[in-house]
Amino acid sequence: MAILVDKNTKVICQGITGAQGTFHTKQAKAYGTQIVGGVTPGKGGTQHPDAELADVPMFNSAAEARAVTGADATSIYVPPPFAADAILEAIDAGFPFIVAITEGIPVLDMVKVKRALTGSGSRLLGPNCPGILTPNQCKIGIMPGNIFKPGRVGIVSRSGTLTYEAVKQTSDVDLGQSTAVGIGGDPVKGLEFIEVLELFLGDPDTDSIIMIGEIGGSAEEEAAEFIKSEAKKGRSKPMAGFIAGSTAPPGRRMGHAGAIISGGKGKAEDKFEAMRSAGIAIAPSPSALGTTLLGAIKG
Amino acid sequence: MNIHEHQAKELLEQFGIPAPKGFAAFNVKEAGEAVQRLPGPVYVIKAQIHAGGRGKGRFKEASAGEKGGVRIAKSREEIEQAAEQMLGATLVTEQTGADGRVVNRVYVTEGVEIDRELYLSALVDRATSRIAFIASSAGGMDIEQVAHDTPEKIISVSIDPASGYQPFHGRRIAFALGLEGKQVGQCVKLIGDLYKLVLAKDMSMLEINPLIVTKGGELSCLDAKFSFDSNALYRHPDVLEMRDLAEEDPAEVEASKYDLSYVKLDGSIGCMVNGAGLAMATMDIIKLCGEEPANFLDVGGGASKEKVQAAFKIILSDPSVKGILVNIFGGIMRCDIIAEGVVAAAREMEITVPLVVRLEGTNVELGKKILAESGLKITPADNLGDAAEKITAAVKEAS
Repeated sequence: MAILVDKNTKVICQGITGAQGTFHTKQAKAYGTQIVGGVTPGKGGTQHPDAELADVPMFNSAAEARAVTGADATSIYVPPPFAADAILEAIDAGFPFIVAITEGIPVLDMVKVKRALTGSGSRLLGPNCPGILTPNQCKIGIMPGNIFKPGRVGIVSRSGTLTYEAVKQTSDVDLGQSTAVGIGGDPVKGLEFIEVLELFLGDPDTDSIIMIGEIGGSAEEEAAEFIKSEAKKGRSKPMAGFIAGSTAPPGRRMGHAGAIISGGKGKAEDKFEAMRSAGIAIAPSPSALGTTLLGAIKG
Repeated sequence: MNIHEHQAKELLEQFGIPAPKGFAAFNVKEAGEAVQRLPGPVYVIKAQIHAGGRGKGRFKEASAGEKGGVRIAKSREEIEQAAEQMLGATLVTEQTGADGRVVNRVYVTEGVEIDRELYLSALVDRATSRIAFIASSAGGMDIEQVAHDTPEKIISVSIDPASGYQPFHGRRIAFALGLEGKQVGQCVKLIGDLYKLVLAKDMSMLEINPLIVTKGGELSCLDAKFSFDSNALYRHPDVLEMRDLAEEDPAEVEASKYDLSYVKLDGSIGCMVNGAGLAMATMDIIKLCGEEPANFLDVGGGASKEKVQAAFKIILSDPSVKGILVNIFGGIMRCDIIAEGVVAAAREMEITVPLVVRLEGTNVELGKKILAESGLKITPADNLGDAAEKITAAVKEAS
């Protein structure tokens, strides 16, 4: 049944009339995702101007959309100044799964959002992430559907385009994917590696896992600790991993707000070491993700 | 985004946070006015650059004298001499790199007698997803060294955004720092005011090193280093006005105009990639193939013709670039459109160094065909590994 989303997931889009919301919701719908509604405040009850989305009911609020459609997931494409408000609205409306694609949300806005998630029934993926895709079942976000193949590899990554690299490479070696999850590169975000790894370990349709990290922070080290302690309990699946940023100089921010080596912490070599010690096979190069996983599966 | 110390001090003053009095001077005459504007009898003249280690730094020019970027003066003549020597000179510190930074302004401040030096900073802590204050009784020193050698000297206090700053947060820090008497109350107020400042201006980091206890027993922020969340600058025009472009790499400033994320590095292979993670991975694989990347460059989601052109221009402005690797995993972007952009840009730019292009995504075959039929010397690559091998081989062959 894959993780988090499948063919039964009913999805709405917040920010459906914006350029990004329109484009990607069309793509998701064409992929076969159940798009059951859209939210743009003030446009409730109107018809979406794009012909391909004309049959999607429009609402003024996330709560109304959820009540009427029974949606259990929302995708957020609202521009950064209004994105935290949209996520908080989705939490308030009780959405079990919220995917925030928006890039560039102020970090202090996310501090508030993170606090609001505590004790709520909502899970947040992102922000600043490519979303999630279960092949031939459900696509929320901006991942290209054409590189996926149904299969049994779970993919979790902090980097967007590097997620695609892992997907393509596992498709090329005919393993295919159960679900691919891009958790995003922001320092304060929803789902972290550990929560996604926990889901993959418990998913009967996932046989092996690829985890892709980046320099900065210590999420990869914590994830490696988690994998190690789960393995001691007898819970493990073959894993391959990679960390981007071995060549990045300390103190310089590499695009993502999160990708920075500061105070000697967050270095790629430390993360590689942590993953290695947890029994994760390290891809010697970012072009060897698929083959490294194949090797790990064959043991 | 970073600001100068004197700008940080002005923000402290706005929020009623104690710091020695001072002002910025852009020329010798302005600096000399300190004798009227500040109480004296001791003055401190501090070079204003966006890098730490100024006191221990050295100037490149012999005319700037043997002393570092922080100087003591006791008369108008001494103030003016210090300003004269430092303004226009190049200060090299452990954080500037060997090239150093030109000093275009100095901060003239009153001298204070120091009893104790402490460390205080605030940042968004990833582990708790909250604002945390970090404090240490070992002030004036490199906090990372302290964290490494004597971690017990460091205390971290995170603030729940729902209930906000509470006096107990300040008291925990005050007692950990060994403050006593009226200083405890001062500390509770000071940290509360700093918290307000962090929230009000969307700061990503605030560092007071050192926070001092004066001989008179008062707390005061002797130095201040602030950086701001670039994602939040849209709501702080006052902060944006403090940006000093002279402190930033010209190529990086140019890149930011086109919404490109660029960081110059020391190697010879220019990279143009979409996505930060893939851009870093591309740098990594170039190194694995035995060459060094000349830059990090993320063109972001929409790699339009204009953006690709601007990116080429920035990459080629670096004279050490001997070859360019374009790696675009288009996702749902159409490769034929990206290919047209690359061809148009390459044609206008008259690129003479080897150019390897790897495209992936929708219409990839059509994209490759456009590259092949362009008549330009563009080498197409099938995947990331192939691309890295081709560009490193081409650069080795050319040299």
